[in-house]
Amino acid sequence: MRDRAAIVGIGQTEFAKDIGRPEQRIALEAISAALDDSGVGAHEVDGLVKFSLENTMEVDIARNLGMQNLRFFADVAYGGGAGCGAVGHAAMAVASGQAEVVVVWRARNRGSGGRPWAKKGNRAGGEMQWFLPFGLSRPVDQIAMLARRHMIEYGSTSEQLGAVAVAFREHAQQNPAALMHGRPMTLEDYLASRWISEPLRLFDCCLETDGALAVVVTSAERARDLRRPAALVRGYAQGTGSEHLVMANYFTRDPLDSPGHHAARDLWRNAGIGPDEIDSAQMYDAFTPLILISLEAFGFAKPGEGGPFAAEGNLRLGGALPTNTSGGGLSEAYVHGMNLILEGARQIRGDSVNQVAGCETVMVSSGNGVPTSALVLRKDT
Amino acid sequence: MSEQPRPKDAGRATAPRPIPDPDAASAPFWEAAARHELLVQRCAGCGEFRHPPRPMCPRCSSFEHTWERASGRARVWSWVVAHNPVLPAFADRVPYNVVVVELDEGVRMIGNLLDVPVDQISDGMKVVVDFEDVEDGVALPAWRCV
Repeated sequence: MRDRAAIVGIGQTEFAKDIGRPEQRIALEAISAALDDSGVGAHEVDGLVKFSLENTMEVDIARNLGMQNLRFFADVAYGGGAGCGAVGHAAMAVASGQAEVVVVWRARNRGSGGRPWAKKGNRAGGEMQWFLPFGLSRPVDQIAMLARRHMIEYGSTSEQLGAVAVAFREHAQQNPAALMHGRPMTLEDYLASRWISEPLRLFDCCLETDGALAVVVTSAERARDLRRPAALVRGYAQGTGSEHLVMANYFTRDPLDSPGHHAARDLWRNAGIGPDEIDSAQMYDAFTPLILISLEAFGFAKPGEGGPFAAEGNLRLGGALPTNTSGGGLSEAYVHGMNLILEGARQIRGDSVNQVAGCETVMVSSGNGVPTSALVLRKDT
Repeated sequence: MSEQPRPKDAGRATAPRPIPDPDAASAPFWEAAARHELLVQRCAGCGEFRHPPRPMCPRCSSFEHTWERASGRARVWSWVVAHNPVLPAFADRVPYNVVVVELDEGVRMIGNLLDVPVDQISDGMKVVVDFEDVEDGVALPAWRCV
């Protein structure tokens, strides 16, 4: 399926702590915007792929937008791990001829809708029985446990995590859509922020956000006749290893051998290129340590060297690997990483607010604390 | 570790602590915990210990297993210190620790380290199992420094 499908349209709502409109409504707004951007009509859409956690159903998308004949629909599981996989499924459907135009979207009122972890009942079943009774209840706790281990094994530091947060905040200053636009942050500000789950602080955590985003995927041939430059899906992979639960992954032989390590092997094989050829990365950043682990997983840094890589300034514009150039989940918006996919497409199109000069190849990754996925997007040259 | 300002409702648990809801695979583990016994599932085919429990051995594909009484000896593998906002059930504990320990049997478990100041937890610290009775007929494995 290499280079056979492309992202040809992107659309989003504004991002807010409380957007004031229901998830279904903002899903429709984002999809409409993406279709308008692409120049493809809603009546031509014949496939939909969503996150399993999405609350809006395909039928409600179709009957509002007037989609005539949906012939492909699928969803991808594991929360924030799903995004690149959803685009990958859309690209596979197009490449295999199952569908011609597939929309992927995510609409989530996570800012105003409350914290999912705070809604757990008194009985902890399934995987939760192994962590919830002990008070390891929030995603931040579950990732902080891995962050501590990364510090123990490799000597990673708070300052290195801070370098991640500061770099993405810097990118958000150029992005009027970002929630943290106009709110610059220094490393000192980061270090002064309060503990949430030691070793993680407030500014290690992403932003609780309301918002929706969508992309339109169709064939590379059709893309050449459309109004926007195509972001070709060069390769995609999903991945998870043995012994994983969902997010409390401390039971594998080496828990720092993340789901992303598994996805990376297939991603580079499927794309036929390696990390050296990536001009910009958009990596899932629900929490800063996921960036250190993902830098290592995808081969941008050697094992244990994600921290120094970030601290040396490589994630910043002008660095070796400009990363999360719209501000990411930490400083633009946290919509399960869907905003990273749109920023990846913008970097290929050449219209990012933090455009990387000569950017031709981008890697996007999804949540790497959970079973995950990743994409390589490429300019059609 | 610096002390954080505590909100006014800190120090008061306003909800019951979540308790395990056992399933077919885990019921023997929790039944034993209620008796203050720590059991680990062991494959009857290849002898591999495994946790969390499950029906099948990922190594040799056997559906047969035994439950072995663990030595109760472990070492701290990692830990976090949770600060507000936390679940109301844990509000009386902040800041509180959650640890992952590695048992002598080779498996890891999540739990709490009892009676240790959060700034005195360290990697590789030797611990032994204890139990916290949280409700009638429900006890959670917990850990104490040797």
